[in-house]
Amino acid sequence: MMRLFAISLFALTAFATALLPMRAEANHGVFNPQTLTLANGMQVVVVTNHRMPVVTHMVWYKTGAADEPPGKTGVAHLLEHLMFKGTKKFPSGAFSKSVARVGGSENAFTSLDYTAYFQTVAVQNLENMMVMEADRMRNLVLDAKEVDTERLVVLEERRMRTDNDPGSILQEHVNAALFLNYPYRGPVIGWENEIRALGVDDLRAFYQKWYSPGNAILVVAGDITMAELKPMAQRTYGQIPATPLVARNRPAEPPQFASRRVTLKDARVRQPSWSRIYLAPSRHTSIAGGPESLHSYALEVLSGVIGGGATSQIYRSLVVEKKLAVSAGAGYGSGSLGPSRFSFYASPAATVSMQRLEQAMEEEVTKLLEKGVRAEDVERVKKSMIAEAIYARDSLSTGARVLASALASGSTIDDVEQWPHRIAAVTLAQVNAAARAVLKDRPSVTAVLEGEATK
Amino acid sequence: MKLKMLLALLIAVFLAAPVTVQAGHEAGHTVNVVRVVSPGGITAWLVSDHINPIINMRFAFKGGSATDPDGKAGLAKMVSGLLDEGAGDMDSQSFQRALEDLSVGLGFSAGRDIFRGSLKTLSENKDQAFELLRLALTKPRFDDVPVKRVRGQIFAELRSESENPNGVAGRAMSRELFPNHPYGRPVDGTKETIKAITVDDLRAFARQRLARDNLVIGVVGDIGADELARRLDETFLSLPATSLPISVKDIQPNSTGRTKVIEMAIPQSAIVFAQRGLKRDDPDFYTAFVLNHILGSGGFTSRLYEEIREKRGLAYSIGSYLYPLRHAGLIQGYGGTANKRVRETLDVLKQQWRDMAETGASAEELADAKTYLVGSYPLRFTSTGGIASILVSMQLEKLGIDFLDRRNKLIEAVSLEDVNKLAKKLLDADNMVVVVVGSPEGVTSTP
Repeated sequence: MMRLFAISLFALTAFATALLPMRAEANHGVFNPQTLTLANGMQVVVVTNHRMPVVTHMVWYKTGAADEPPGKTGVAHLLEHLMFKGTKKFPSGAFSKSVARVGGSENAFTSLDYTAYFQTVAVQNLENMMVMEADRMRNLVLDAKEVDTERLVVLEERRMRTDNDPGSILQEHVNAALFLNYPYRGPVIGWENEIRALGVDDLRAFYQKWYSPGNAILVVAGDITMAELKPMAQRTYGQIPATPLVARNRPAEPPQFASRRVTLKDARVRQPSWSRIYLAPSRHTSIAGGPESLHSYALEVLSGVIGGGATSQIYRSLVVEKKLAVSAGAGYGSGSLGPSRFSFYASPAATVSMQRLEQAMEEEVTKLLEKGVRAEDVERVKKSMIAEAIYARDSLSTGARVLASALASGSTIDDVEQWPHRIAAVTLAQVNAAARAVLKDRPSVTAVLEGEATK
Repeated sequence: MKLKMLLALLIAVFLAAPVTVQAGHEAGHTVNVVRVVSPGGITAWLVSDHINPIINMRFAFKGGSATDPDGKAGLAKMVSGLLDEGAGDMDSQSFQRALEDLSVGLGFSAGRDIFRGSLKTLSENKDQAFELLRLALTKPRFDDVPVKRVRGQIFAELRSESENPNGVAGRAMSRELFPNHPYGRPVDGTKETIKAITVDDLRAFARQRLARDNLVIGVVGDIGADELARRLDETFLSLPATSLPISVKDIQPNSTGRTKVIEMAIPQSAIVFAQRGLKRDDPDFYTAFVLNHILGSGGFTSRLYEEIREKRGLAYSIGSYLYPLRHAGLIQGYGGTANKRVRETLDVLKQQWRDMAETGASAEELADAKTYLVGSYPLRFTSTGGIASILVSMQLEKLGIDFLDRRNKLIEAVSLEDVNKLAKKLLDADNMVVVVVGSPEGVTSTP
C-alpha cells in the first residue's frame, strides 16, 4: 500500500492537540503506572520497563498556546526555546551539555494544551537531570539579547513549518475559521507580527504564572520503580515551595450556525487537497448547542470505521472503487482539553475536479447518516484498536507521553487505563448516534487547497 | 518542537543506512544475540524478549533503486508499494483486510542499495502473520487495478514532492553528485519512468531481487530459536535461491565546489550541501563518525548548531551527517534560512568547515563526543523494532555477531591526532557542492 504521508498528515496535523488515540488491551490496565503527589502539589507518574538500563524523564506543564494572553501568540513556544538557555546555577547551555556528555537525548515541545521537556539517559544519570530540570522550573534567567537571537530562530522555524508550505498556511486559516472564540484559533508557533513583538516581560509573566510544581507533572518511564524514584523526587522537585494555583480560564466557544469555506490558491501547489471539519466534543468539552462529550469513545470507533485505513469505507469508496482520489479518510482525536474536531479529507486523482470530489465525499456522509455503519465493521475496528495497546507498551516513552498528556488535558490515569474497556463497550447504536450528533445539519469548515491551474 | 521534522527524517534515513550499533552489557541487562540457522539454510539473528507478546521482524534484500533498469527509475519503490496489494488467492482488499483484522503490521520500502521489509505481530496471530508475509514475498499478484491505483498515488506523491523545497533540493543534489550513475536518479522515479514501468517489470523485480542469497533477517520479541528456525523455512524457503548479481559500480561523488540555485517563490531557502565522504567499510569510518559529531551532528551542541543557530539565529535547522552508500561515501548536510540570510549562512558554514580542517578539534570536544557516542548506545535498544533494525544493519555491514561488544571500543580508540589528520585530509570547503532552493539574495548558480 502506498502511504501518502504528505497528504494524509494534512488531516492528522489538523489539530495539534489531537494525539493519536491511546490504545489498550481489554483485560489489563494499559501501562500500569505508579503514581503519587508531592507535598507541593507536583504529580509523579512512573511507568516501569526494565528492558534496558535507561529512563525517559519528562516534566509536563499544564499550559500551552491556548493559555496565552490575547495578542501574545507564540509566547508559550518562545519560552520553551528560552528554557534551554540557562539559570544562575547552570548558565548558557550547561544543561544541554550535561545531557550530551552522558550520551543522553533531549527535547521539548509546545502544544495548545501543554508544554513538555524531556531527556532520555542511562538510569544512573537520572537524578542529575532532575536537579537541573527542577532548577529551571523557577530559576530561569531571561536575557534580552538571548531572547532577540532566539526570536530569529523561531521566525526561521515559522518560515520552515508554515510560510514555506501552502498546506500549513491554509491550516492556520482553517483553525481561525473553525473557532469563533475558543483560543485554539491561533497557531502554536504564533502569528509572525506577534512573535516579533514578544519581549522579556511577556516571557517572564507567562513563566511565573504557569511554571510551578503544582502545575507540573513528573513522568519517568524505564528502568526504575516508584520506591526508587520517590526519594529522588523529594530531594529535587520536592524542595520547590508550593505556589498558589492559577486556573485555566479559557473563553468558551459560542454556538455556531454558519458553515464556512476557506480556499487557498497558490501557484506552488501541484497536488490539491480537500477537507471538511466539524466541531466535535472531546473527552472533556461538549459543543455548545451541539454534541456532548459522552460521544467521544463512539467517535473514536466511528473514525476508524469510516476513515481509518485501506479497508475503511471512505478509502474503499473514493480511492479503490470510484478512483476519484489518491488518498482519503477521516480523523478524530478525543484528547484535547477544549473542543475537538471530526475531519474528512481527500486528495483528488489527476483530472478529477474539486467539485466532483466534494460531491462524492458528501454522498458518503449522507449515506453514513441514512444507513449507519455496519455492526461487523464496528466490532473489527474495536478489536484492532484494543490490540494496538499491546504495541503501545513496546516503546520506552509512549506510556509516559500518553499518561502525561491525559493528565495535562483534564483526564485521569484511570481514563487511560480503562480505555480498552470503554472502547469495548461502545455499541453500534452509539456509533450511529455519535455520527448524527456531530454531522447531521451541523455547521462545518470546508478547506480547499489548489494550484492556480486546477479546474 | 525544538528540532524540526526534517531533521528527524534525515536522522532516521541516516540511521537506516547503518552507521553504528552497540548494545548494553550493564549489570543485569544484556542484549543476547543468537544466530539461528533453519534446516533449509536460512539465517536470522534473534534477540528473544518476552516482555510483551509481540514479535518484530526486520529483513532486507541487497539491491535497491540503484538496480532499477534505465528508463525505469522508481521500480523498486513501486514494488514496495504493491507487495501487500494482493497476494496468493487474496485480492488487494482481502489482503489489506486480513492485515487489519489481525493487527499485523507489514511494510516494505526501497532505498538506493537495499530493499527492506518489516513484520510486526501479536504472538496470538503469528501463524497468519508469517503466512501473509510469505504470500507477499513469493506470490504477489500485481493485479491491474491496484497497479493502476498505486501508479496514480506515486504520481500524486511526485507532485507533492515537487512543491517541497527540501525534496527538490535533495533530488538536485543527487543529480549533481552522480551525473552518470544510478545514484543520480531519484529513488521515487519521475513521471516518465513510473509511466514506463510494466507489470512484467514488477514481476521481474520480485523474481530477480527477492531471493535467499541476498536476504538478511533480524528478529526480536516473543519467540525462541527453535520456533524461529521452523518459521524461517515456512516463510522464506519458497523464495528463489539466488538473486540477479548487482552491477552497480563504485563511484567518486562529483564534488566540484559547484553552487546551484533553483528558484522557488518561498520566504525561506532550503539548503543542502555535500562533499566526498567515507564508505562504511573504510578503516577511518569511526574517526569520521566522531569528527562529524563534533562538526555537525551533536544535537544541541555541534559547532554548526552553535555558530549558525545559537550565536547568530540564522537557522532553526542546521546539521551534517555521514551518508555511506554501498558504492560511494558522502558527508551531507542541510539548513534553512530566510532568503536574505543565505549568503551569510553559507559563509559561516564554509568557515566552520575550513576551521575544522585547519585547526582541528580540541581535546575537550573529542572527549565530549566520545562520552556522548558511547553513552547514548543503550538508547537505541529500547524497542523491539529498533533492535531488529540494528540486527539487520549488523549483518548487511558484515560487522560480526560480537559487534555489540566491540562497538564502543572502536569509538574509544579514536585519537585526537586521528580526528585532526582526517579533518585536514577530508574536509574540503572549496569543493563542497551546495544546492539552494528558494529566492536567495546574493547567491547565484556557478557555471
